[in-house]
Amino acid sequence: MEAALTILLDGLQFSSYLFIVSAGLTIIFGVMKILNVAHGSFYAWGAYTAAFFIGKFSDMGLPDALGFLIIVAAAIVVGVILGFIIEQGILKHMYERDEVLIVLATFGLFLVLEDIILIAFGTDPYFAYQPMALLDSVELGGITRDVYGMTLIGVAAVVAVGCWWLLNKTKWGTLLKAVIFDREMGISMGINVPLVYTLTFIGGAILGGLGGAYIAPTISVAPGLGTEVIVLSFAVVVVGGMGSIVGAAIGSLIIGILRAIAVHELPQVELFVVFAVMAIVLVFRPEGLFAPAKPRKI
Amino acid sequence: MKNKLLKGALGIAAVSAVALAGGIAHAKDTITIAVPSFLTGGAAGPFGIPAMNGAKMVTDAINAGKLPAPYNTKGFGGATADVIALDEGGGATKQVAEYRNLVEKRNVDAIVGYISSGNCQALAPVAEELKQFTIFATCGTPRIFEEAERKYVFRTMGHATADNVAAAMYVKEKFPDMKGYTGINQNYAWGQDSWRDFDLTLQQIMPNTKASDKTQFPKIFAGQYGSEISAMSLDKADLIHTSFWGGDLEAFIFQGNARGLFKKKIGVFTVGGTAAYRLGKKLPNGLVLGARGPYGILVKDRQSTLNQWFINTYKDIYGIYPSGPAYQYGQAILAAKIAYDKAGSDATSEQLADALRGITFESFSTTIEMKLGNGHQAATENGYGITEYDSENGENVVKDVKFYPASCVLPPEGQNSVDWIKGGMKGAKC
Repeated sequence: MEAALTILLDGLQFSSYLFIVSAGLTIIFGVMKILNVAHGSFYAWGAYTAAFFIGKFSDMGLPDALGFLIIVAAAIVVGVILGFIIEQGILKHMYERDEVLIVLATFGLFLVLEDIILIAFGTDPYFAYQPMALLDSVELGGITRDVYGMTLIGVAAVVAVGCWWLLNKTKWGTLLKAVIFDREMGISMGINVPLVYTLTFIGGAILGGLGGAYIAPTISVAPGLGTEVIVLSFAVVVVGGMGSIVGAAIGSLIIGILRAIAVHELPQVELFVVFAVMAIVLVFRPEGLFAPAKPRKI
Repeated sequence: MKNKLLKGALGIAAVSAVALAGGIAHAKDTITIAVPSFLTGGAAGPFGIPAMNGAKMVTDAINAGKLPAPYNTKGFGGATADVIALDEGGGATKQVAEYRNLVEKRNVDAIVGYISSGNCQALAPVAEELKQFTIFATCGTPRIFEEAERKYVFRTMGHATADNVAAAMYVKEKFPDMKGYTGINQNYAWGQDSWRDFDLTLQQIMPNTKASDKTQFPKIFAGQYGSEISAMSLDKADLIHTSFWGGDLEAFIFQGNARGLFKKKIGVFTVGGTAAYRLGKKLPNGLVLGARGPYGILVKDRQSTLNQWFINTYKDIYGIYPSGPAYQYGQAILAAKIAYDKAGSDATSEQLADALRGITFESFSTTIEMKLGNGHQAATENGYGITEYDSENGENVVKDVKFYPASCVLPPEGQNSVDWIKGGMKGAKC
């Protein structure tokens, strides 16, 4: 029983991490049809910005609790600044181009942003352990768990509910769904599609940044951390269906829980599990489990 | 007119021939040494940058003739070395292409470096094919000299077998009541070889202990170890072995520490030395810490002139004590100097290899005997200690440090590491 609870909590925790970073990716794809490889950079920039300021504030003797504020602020600042610059400066001029070209452009951006991280933050890792240390740990299921790690589940739940509310209960969500369904029709109905694109891209970037900023206190924030996350995010988005928030949530849960089971019961297949799920889904349902319906145009 | 032209041409040819012959006969004023190391990615901060710093510091000192005796002659066989710093990141395929480029297009004289076992494994046959004098500085897999005979490739530090045999011996000595053990190692040559050697050694020297059937092999640079930490917490094993390095090592320490893992289990970190100075108070007390040989925090108190020069100069330049990779790259550069001093600055790769093969030399922190792999693989002592935070001086220290001689933790010449351990480590002189 204890083992089952532990696997469930591990799975949920890893799923939460996956969902937060892949939600932004899938939103951007759903609305803009852009497979944004630079999403890994939003994650990395979020992590670096949060780690840098958490460290600075701690050195200044300010309360460690401010770290939580910094995490949110870092995500917003990174998302707004990078998202705006990239969307307005580059992607805006490529919307009419082939989707493959846009993917290549975002890949180029990813490499550039990784190098800018090296210039801005150097090669030495940053440590931002203060928020994690502040929340201490609890005994659960016969083992010690850090409370900070478990709050990730709450953060993912807030992101999921927030996205659902935004899409289904607001006027903005209705506009988004209209653009997702048919961009041309949206334009003809008077929707300011360029503005929708800009705000969507910034929103997705904020989620990417939030993933990095929230994880920063648990890791050594070092160059290259965006690479790993983008691979996992793609796996989640492919499993769940590209462009679907529900798909990202379910995809994260499937991969997270299966991975936790593998780590506990058969560690040899841990690496295999994530991509085996993706391969199976691609074989039987190439569009993913919850891909949004596509209109048939006559 | 024709005769004049002919005489002129012959004269020019003769002068050119003399100049060319003179050029061949004269020692070079400068040589070029390529130094690959991780300058980007998660391994850069804890490994690549200290390694490069160590290489540059020692090269500069050699160029200026400022190394302590007996290495206080200027230059490499009298020549000044220019260092080409290269990023080792990007994987083995990229490194092979870079290596070929260094040899065939940039005509470097020597290549000294490499941290990743995967890269060394891929590059050793290429170096042999291109007949290029190459010294591997840090990479650990024993396979490089056990699976093939090398003529141009050297490694100036012990390999992973020594790290893990020494770790097992230290565990036996300090924790004789240990019943079971598990491990978390990266899923590639380095991690798998490390676990294999540690496990096989414990099977030999502590036959009553039992290895977990759920040892963890996460992907390199995974960064998130929540599930693995849970699985190891639930495991009955009372010891955890890891050869994690770089950002993975530090992330695992953070996450494990927050979950009290190292209060319940004995943590054996074969490469933990790289984190000792960087993590400060965040490094838990009581970890069994190795530095892949007698380097870094394990030898901070060794009072030899060479070691104190290394520590003080490094601290003066970079503001931090040197960790293992700095030592390992520094001593590889030192080995290159010894080879050039012996063979001359205009020596060919063959001559340099002949000069380094089988020699014994005093490095900064230890004696290096190039006596394995037909004189191409170094044998050095290996040691471990237990971490403790010295609150008075505000830094980590290691206590109960114990070093094992090379003859105790490495197989004799000509023997394969796995066979040697499985055979009960016959001939080990501890």
